[in-house]
Amino acid sequence: MNKAKGLEVSLAIAEAVKQADVDVVAAYPITPQTHIVEELSVYVANGELDAEYVPVESEHSAMSAAVGSSAAGARTYTATSAQGLALMHEILFIASGLRLPIVMTVANRALSAPISIWNDHGDIMSERDIGWIQIFAENGQEAYELTIAAFKIAEDHRVLLPICVNVDGFILTHMIEPINFIDQNEVDKFLPPFKPALTLDPEKPVTMGPVGVPEVYIESRKQCEQALINSKAVVSEVLADWGQRFNQKYRLIERNGAASPKTVFITMGSMGETTMTAVKELEESGQSLGQVRIRLWRPFPKEEFLDAIKDVEEIIVIDRALSPGSHSGPVAQEIKALLYDQPQKPKIHNIIAGLGGRDVTVKDFKKMYEMARNNELDPNYTIWGVRSDA
Amino acid sequence: MLNHPGLENFEKITTKNIPTENYISQGHRACQGCAEILALGMVMKIAGPNTIVANATGCMEIVTSPFPQTAWKVPWIHVAFENTAAVASGIEAGIKALKRKERFKNDPPHVIAVGGDGATADIGLQSLSGALERGHNFLYVCLDNEAYMNTGIQRSSSTPYGASTTTSPTGSQSIGQQTWKKDLPAIAAAHNIPYVATANPGFHLDLMNKVKKALTIEGPAYIHIYSACPTGWRSKPEKSIEISKLAVQTNVFPLYEIINGRLTITKKINKPKPVREYLKTQRRFGHLSDNDINFIQQRTDARMAELQSLESSSQE
Repeated sequence: MNKAKGLEVSLAIAEAVKQADVDVVAAYPITPQTHIVEELSVYVANGELDAEYVPVESEHSAMSAAVGSSAAGARTYTATSAQGLALMHEILFIASGLRLPIVMTVANRALSAPISIWNDHGDIMSERDIGWIQIFAENGQEAYELTIAAFKIAEDHRVLLPICVNVDGFILTHMIEPINFIDQNEVDKFLPPFKPALTLDPEKPVTMGPVGVPEVYIESRKQCEQALINSKAVVSEVLADWGQRFNQKYRLIERNGAASPKTVFITMGSMGETTMTAVKELEESGQSLGQVRIRLWRPFPKEEFLDAIKDVEEIIVIDRALSPGSHSGPVAQEIKALLYDQPQKPKIHNIIAGLGGRDVTVKDFKKMYEMARNNELDPNYTIWGVRSDA
Repeated sequence: MLNHPGLENFEKITTKNIPTENYISQGHRACQGCAEILALGMVMKIAGPNTIVANATGCMEIVTSPFPQTAWKVPWIHVAFENTAAVASGIEAGIKALKRKERFKNDPPHVIAVGGDGATADIGLQSLSGALERGHNFLYVCLDNEAYMNTGIQRSSSTPYGASTTTSPTGSQSIGQQTWKKDLPAIAAAHNIPYVATANPGFHLDLMNKVKKALTIEGPAYIHIYSACPTGWRSKPEKSIEISKLAVQTNVFPLYEIINGRLTITKKINKPKPVREYLKTQRRFGHLSDNDINFIQQRTDARMAELQSLESSSQE
């Protein structure tokens, strides 16, 4: 890798997409937008990227055009956020159902109403069951690297599924960070050209998206589900290969902190870095603490997660989304359901924090820890920092 | 008329050179007397084997693709209801990029998007407008059977005035459909695309020549095809072609094309028949009074006069 260069994370992601030599970018600047696709249109305009840039008239059409171009055999990329992702909803299921390896960056942001352009995970948590591989990046470097790796994972013939790389809106997308870029020839060695399994080729006509009569619908969905389950091994393999080549180790589940902590925070996305600072400071004052980061969210890496919280007495699950009417936030629901079958379970606290871009600081995490220790948190979940006078 | 670049050496389709090959096979599930599948078959005859079809949800999608069967002999994709023009945009862009990067070896195929009137006039109008505006080289074919037939004959914005459907029923307080048919070809033409036409399988040579021109000219093209539907119109299946012809002979569905903004009426009707003759062939219009029919006649005459004046002004 070269020397680090300070760059806005959105632009680093655009660089990754350029290095992946995509054939088609279809995108719409819904509010809120990022600079990713703007930068890609500049690359196309000045000939740095040989691709078709399709400036569609909506996010719904962005995903629809992406489905068309991927089905035609083109390496296809798009990016979206919040309302845009919600507008794509219908077509997201079709992209995975048709087994099209589209790569999408989701700059995670809060859903309306009230309208917000700031970060939370409400957008992607509403899309848990779309059948896509879903990865969360913690920082700019990771967002850049996982974007390149995403193409290799999605296009692997054992997978052939769309993938979204989740990057916290604003907190990461609009942040200038030092990024180590990988040389183009190294990227080319890592990522071979896209070889689709089936395309809309007149030489070998296929019918894509036929009517799924009751006799075949379940089998078809089962095949997609199986592909998603099987993709976990490929994600591990590709990330291990990445580690070998570029000296960056990305595990499906990351555990940091004390060797055998009593308490661990569970986080996804950029919050992990703040949590880690809090964990370190608390450790220095003699507490036994750790942190577990969920990098791969779909398929959920059950075994790796259970292994990461083995022998832990207490977990504090931080959700950055609300699941109204449920007993927990979406991540805590996942974990509670998983732990139900386990002979030994830690005590589970659930905190919903940072909705709509509200800052969650080191001080907040320390306070959360203290309240958890003193059993002061709501047994279901606590929405952090809600002002009673609001 | 044929002075558009690409049309200088245009060889017309006649009774002598109609392609014999079909690209939608027999055994599809369309209803008896369906003029829509007939029209689509004619489109495909002209398009030929080097074609990719993107089909919106609707009758044609359902009847041609019940897994594990398919009626399609060319690559075909169905994604959703409202987005077939966007899907076609992606296919066209993908092939263009792959061709430029020398990863697609053969001549670029025709890209044809197919949708019914609901998929085109209502839920898909935005994606159609976007695709036409962006200038993709593709043909959009609207197969207009004037209601949501696939889901049980609900009205669309392309349902004609006075027609009774399951969501515009006739009753003591209602004539049936209370609005005039949305003028989709005019909307398509407003995008200043190089080719727009109306067509009708009752005039098969006219239809096939229009498809050929649309596919010859570079850029977006739009063809709006009248598609008689015995099931939804409550008409006799064996009368579909007769009804299709009557629609033109009564000026209810005039046939014209617009090449680079110049409008030409391609089937001139010197002595139009009264619209009553057309309306009486379909029970969806069975409840209309003489007054209603007179009103439809007046609107039809006015619309025809408007088209004729557009034709003369664009020929100047």
